Amino acid sequence: MGLLLKCEHVDFGYENQDAVVDVSLEVRTGDYICIVGENGSGKSTLMKGILGLLKPTAGRIEVSEELKRAGIGYLPQQTEAQKDFPATVFEVVLSGCLGKRGNRPFYSAREKNAARANLERLGIADLRKSCFRDLSGGQKQRVLIARALCATDRLLVLDEPITGLDPSAIQEFYQLIRHLNREEQVAILMVSHDMANIVHQADKILHMRQRPLFYGPVREYVKSRWAREFLAGEDAAEEKAGNAAEEKAGNATEEKAGNAAEEKTGNAAGVSADGKEDAT
Amino acid sequence: MIGIVAEMLSYPFLVRALIGGILVSLCASLLGVSLVLKRYSMIGDGLSHVSFGALSVAVAVGWSPLSVSIPVVVLAAFFLLRITESGKMKSDAAIAVISASALAIGIIVTSMTTGMTTDVSSYMFGSILAMSREDVALAAALSLIVLGLFLFCYNKVFAVTFDESFARATGVRVSRYNVLIAVLTAVTIVLGMRMMGAMLISSLIIFPALTAMQLLKSFRGVVAVSGVLSVAGFFAGMVLSYVYSTPAGASVVVVDLAVFLVFVGIRMGRERKRKKGEAWRAGEKDRKRAGRETRAERP
Ligand SMILES: Nc1ncnc2c1ncn2[C@@H]1O[C@H](COP(=O)(O)OP(=O)(O)OP(=O)(O)O)[C@@H](O)[C@H]1O
Ligand SMILES: [Mg+2]
Repeated sequence: MGLLLKCEHVDFGYENQDAVVDVSLEVRTGDYICIVGENGSGKSTLMKGILGLLKPTAGRIEVSEELKRAGIGYLPQQTEAQKDFPATVFEVVLSGCLGKRGNRPFYSAREKNAARANLERLGIADLRKSCFRDLSGGQKQRVLIARALCATDRLLVLDEPITGLDPSAIQEFYQLIRHLNREEQVAILMVSHDMANIVHQADKILHMRQRPLFYGPVREYVKSRWAREFLAGEDAAEEKAGNAAEEKAGNATEEKAGNAAEEKTGNAAGVSADGKEDAT
Repeated sequence: MIGIVAEMLSYPFLVRALIGGILVSLCASLLGVSLVLKRYSMIGDGLSHVSFGALSVAVAVGWSPLSVSIPVVVLAAFFLLRITESGKMKSDAAIAVISASALAIGIIVTSMTTGMTTDVSSYMFGSILAMSREDVALAAALSLIVLGLFLFCYNKVFAVTFDESFARATGVRVSRYNVLIAVLTAVTIVLGMRMMGAMLISSLIIFPALTAMQLLKSFRGVVAVSGVLSVAGFFAGMVLSYVYSTPAGASVVVVDLAVFLVFVGIRMGRERKRKKGEAWRAGEKDRKRAGRETRAERP
């Protein structure tokens, strides 16, 4: 398992306010990591840092030679402007090759072939000439994933990718990501609020609240206090997580957490710093 | 028609207006595609009002209009970009604030000094006599830069327009392109404004892109078609203005509006046809299914 990316105690901030504090994280080939946390907990900021759009204010990020050469594929949140954007699917997907272009002005045949291959890979080859604005939400998402794969097929970074998709498109999306992850060994780093699904999809969870509250394998996360609070929607009220909250939360995750829920509560904080040892 | 055009070309000031105007409309339409798609449509309006303010001050003080208004408008464009990029204010609000303030300053300065002279009123509504030889040269230089940008950095312009954060993540210097587009827009506005008028110049930016977007499905197509539409629309507007002695700027806008309406009409016609086709096909399916069901029931 090749190491792609390593963060060591990194902090990120805007102006003079910290948004992310002391995150240590390793991404290896074939990893599937989800980042969860309430609004404003620094998830997007961490993503920007990993993509190199923000400089760490402390700590350091190591990017492997392999990843430096291949680049990172990024699926940002869809913007308002894209809703009526006149561009063909092929134009959008091809723009993923831009990073490899450097300063040469035009795309080469090789890059066009790469774009075509990625359209095939996501099963949207027949939409090649369609207009991006006429596609359904799920199709748009596929196009943007194909674009990200043009940039790389080592590491995909996705920021809240399922916003605005209907339930069946969401399932399709997860299947696709799982396929890319399992069969093609694309490492996945995904921000999501969709707890119900990601606990079945991801291998590891990073729960953020400015600093990492939990980082470790999913099966430990679902038993942790953080997961139960979060699933029960009690995340805003950490302090008053008394008995009432615990009971309610316990019910919500019954099938996953099972009876181990109570015993494991104290464990969460211990794992949070670097749970990756447990995973490998 | 050819006779009219030949007649127009015999006046040197009209030749200058045609050449300068065509170059400016080409620039405006290309930049406009990016601006409209990035929800900056109104930046042209805002900057033209700033330009009006700067020109009135320049006239009052007796400085040369271009050398005052170009730097001021470029600065305003920078400022607008910074405000909206930092997320402190929405772009439409920022534009409204800046444009109204500049207009107010311009009006006060004018009323205190020269009063509404023909100079100032021609900045409002445009004048065909405005294009000097230097203006044409500046317009030529400007369009070389804009064409170069759209030819050699086309893919980057696309990426920055379509998705800034992705472009940034793949290593494009997004802010550099934003600044470049803002500066080019500012110069385009200042140049075009005195002919088209402060009230009307933003139409050169908005109409061609909006019209092309109605029918074209690719970014490349939208860029190419809006360039062509803009040049053709400007030329037709000038002929119209010459024949019927209507104000030049307003005639160009009216032609652009007519073309826009035609494009919208075609698009709506197509959509209706497609819907009808779909409804027909759906109906056919139902009929077939119904037929099958009755047949199935029979024995
Ligand atoms: N461009 C910015 N300038 C200044 N502060 C910012 C900026 N972007 C985010 N922040 C601040 O950083 C903190 C973390 O924001 P971030 O966007 O990372 O949260 P998030 O976890 O992605 O939230 P959400 O779930 O809403 O997407 C917030 O307090 C926010 O106010
Ligand atoms: Mg976010």
